[in-house]
Amino acid sequence: MTAPLLQVEDLKVDFSTRNGIVRALHGIGFTLHAGETLGIVGESGSGKSVTSLAVMRLLDRAGRIAGGRVLFQGRDITRAAPGDLRSLRGAAMSMIFQNPRAALNPIRTVAQQIMDVLRAHRRIDAAEARQQALDLLKAVRIRDPERRMSAYPNELSGGMCQRVMIAMAIACEPALLIADEPTTGLDVTTQKVVMDLLAGLTAERGMAVILITHDLGLAARYCGAIAVMEQGRIVEQGPTEALFRDAQHPYTRRLIAASPTRRSTLADLAQGAPPVEPVSRPPPPPGTGPLLEVQKLVKLYSGTRAVDDVSFTISAGGSLGLVGESGSGKTTLSRMICRLIDADGGDVVFQGESIGHIPARDFHKAPQRRDVQIVFQDPTDSLNPRFTAFDSIAHPLRRLEGMRDGSALTARVTEAASRAGLEPALLGRFPHQLSGGQKARVGIARAVAPRPKLLLLDEPTAALDVSIQAVILQLLDRLRREDDLALLFVSHDLNVVRMMCDQMVVLQAGKIVEAGPSMRVFEAPGAEYTRTLLDAIPHFEPNAAPADRVDA
Amino acid sequence: MKTFLAILRRVGRRLLFSLPALLGVVVVTFVLMRVLPGDPAVFFAAGPSAGKAEIDELRHQMGLDKPMPVQLVRYLGDVATGNLGRSLTTGQPVVADMRARLPASLELTCTALVIALFLSIPLGVAAALRPGSPIDHGVRMLCTLGVCVPTFVSGLLLIYVFYYLLGWAPDPTARIDIFASTPPDITGFYLIDFALTGDWQGWWAAFTQLLLPAFTMALFVLAPLARMTRASMLAVLGSDFIRTANALGLKPLRIVVAYALRNALLPVLTITGIVFSTMLGANVLVEKVFSWPGVASYALDALLASDYAPVQAFVLLMATIFVLVNVLIDILYGVADPRVSVE
Repeated sequence: MTAPLLQVEDLKVDFSTRNGIVRALHGIGFTLHAGETLGIVGESGSGKSVTSLAVMRLLDRAGRIAGGRVLFQGRDITRAAPGDLRSLRGAAMSMIFQNPRAALNPIRTVAQQIMDVLRAHRRIDAAEARQQALDLLKAVRIRDPERRMSAYPNELSGGMCQRVMIAMAIACEPALLIADEPTTGLDVTTQKVVMDLLAGLTAERGMAVILITHDLGLAARYCGAIAVMEQGRIVEQGPTEALFRDAQHPYTRRLIAASPTRRSTLADLAQGAPPVEPVSRPPPPPGTGPLLEVQKLVKLYSGTRAVDDVSFTISAGGSLGLVGESGSGKTTLSRMICRLIDADGGDVVFQGESIGHIPARDFHKAPQRRDVQIVFQDPTDSLNPRFTAFDSIAHPLRRLEGMRDGSALTARVTEAASRAGLEPALLGRFPHQLSGGQKARVGIARAVAPRPKLLLLDEPTAALDVSIQAVILQLLDRLRREDDLALLFVSHDLNVVRMMCDQMVVLQAGKIVEAGPSMRVFEAPGAEYTRTLLDAIPHFEPNAAPADRVDA
Repeated sequence: MKTFLAILRRVGRRLLFSLPALLGVVVVTFVLMRVLPGDPAVFFAAGPSAGKAEIDELRHQMGLDKPMPVQLVRYLGDVATGNLGRSLTTGQPVVADMRARLPASLELTCTALVIALFLSIPLGVAAALRPGSPIDHGVRMLCTLGVCVPTFVSGLLLIYVFYYLLGWAPDPTARIDIFASTPPDITGFYLIDFALTGDWQGWWAAFTQLLLPAFTMALFVLAPLARMTRASMLAVLGSDFIRTANALGLKPLRIVVAYALRNALLPVLTITGIVFSTMLGANVLVEKVFSWPGVASYALDALLASDYAPVQAFVLLMATIFVLVNVLIDILYGVADPRVSVE
């Protein structure tokens, strides 16, 4: 047995904050041999990113290694000098990051940035570095590499930026590559391509990989071993298959249960939550039309058809999922339906009345504003930081129903909060005093406060951890059943849409490529594009061997 | 070539769009000058004993007896043909006066700006690299001092120390020693003219003469530039691509200069444009302290004498320079930042 490439022993990291010293890592340890792939999974705040930064010795000023050590190629680098570290970084160990566009220098060309890395570690002249940079771009299979050499990051797509980032990270053939959420924020299909590329390149070069992710499916698909982190501790680690087959730690089990899979239902996700009681609803009186009818909507952005002739209907209390990749027009479409932007053609009919012709800037005065409410993607950015939770929820009541301060308003706000599962004690808090899940609840409470008939959800759980996502999804489902609330659910996560929605519409480049009952679309996709989307989801089967793992 | 044409088109459009603003400036200044108390005819009449008839005659000559709109239209016509009137104080056409004095102001302002940039950017970078350190606090104090101390005080202090006490600086009056010969008038910028004629002794004399007033002005604008550099350096140093550069083992100097500073300079560029325009128009105190024959002191003298034409011309000139500087900054921004499209 050769010596391990990386050995982390009882690593402790402290952060000095305004409220004193906070321990972020409570003594973690793991071992990685050359060519192995280790997945570190956990939810936000579990310390997985801190682990990677501590291994690279990239902690910012506030962070400090308080104990334990990191052995890299047999050398203790915990107390290595900055100069020694610099010659290691990029050359022997390197890292790729989440949000690839921000991780690249916006005012240097792709070629310059790759050459910077090459020339930081190798004595080569500019022409040679340029040639190697071009070879690297070819290796990461960027289309048209010669032309991309002189491109700036803002001219590239997110997927291409991540390829450039990978090219930079592998430029000097490091022995260890740490990938910190490398595909978060990318489309599923792009994610698959980038991850396959990464797995292939590292396998070819015999690099060891640490993949840090919140996505269990991704870790299961690409890693040989997995370490599960919770609150600064590794609670469980082992070979991927064994870990998923027979998870020991309750947190691992909870995490596995909360991750949507091909067959999971809402009830599976949050085990222990009170079961949803079926509510019997009187059938709609005959002759009533659909709640919402979208008729041949068109939106043009500088000549291109962002949304191209899209039609569908939602019945009262129904739910429809709008699926597609970034740029497919799903957000534009949802914004037109909730009348935040104007359409260039077609109509939106709500309860038999055309609302498509009310200009978006005047729609806040229309009576239908109350009936069509929105829950936005980012629970933090969509709340006014100077409003308490109470004010945020009361805002639509004040504006749309003209309610004044008083017991009636308080009652309505408390009622909306309780329906969204928000504790009354939290109503006085400001957004920065709330957790991500609590902020999501405030957003939902605000939307349901005026008792709408249609709720538009634009990726409502994209910024949330899986366990919180599970709870929020159940909450939304309960609201729909109890209040006869129709949902229009915009998401890139097909599993979530399948669980939440009866109907599904798949968009590509502004056009509907497939529509129908979710189960049918999921089981037997009709369009080629839908099949590609479905295949790209990294899923794992807790009870079956991962069939299509890419062996590194 | 294509980008060049695009830049040219953009400049042309920007200049075209600034014409209404310039027109507005001309009209407002014109009206303002007429509304201000003081009658130039009385001021320029032969003496305190001048009779009413003489004053009326003068007023008629100057066209001041016509209604204001008529005067305005006539003035606009003059401006359009490049005739900015005649200064009653100097007796020269305003255009000639400006041509003689503008290079003096520009030379002083540009030198001061270069000094300020050379001081403030390293100071700002040093402060940002070690926030909260003694260096940071030192820079902050220097900046505060620079802003609090009025230029006439700092100017006099510099004169007292470097001319009176140490004797390093030459006699701090005017652009060059009164007994020295001025360079031939080629561009009006002494440094350039001396250099063109190869008179390096004269060049040195003009240069040393320039240093004290330039430093006085530079001190005043040190604060906005250094603080802006510090703030924007701090923001850039915290960004993802700096972490990437660190993670890939780039050399610290390269990270600070090529990665951080180049990105951080973009907002500094904007501030530099504003600072330059302010300096050019507001350096009247420096010009007065150092008896510098610039446009600002010229305009102030004219204003005190109710001499309309130079003041109006001065305001128009400043507005034009402001527009030009902004267009220039805009172009530089487009060159420095690929995210700003040239179109």
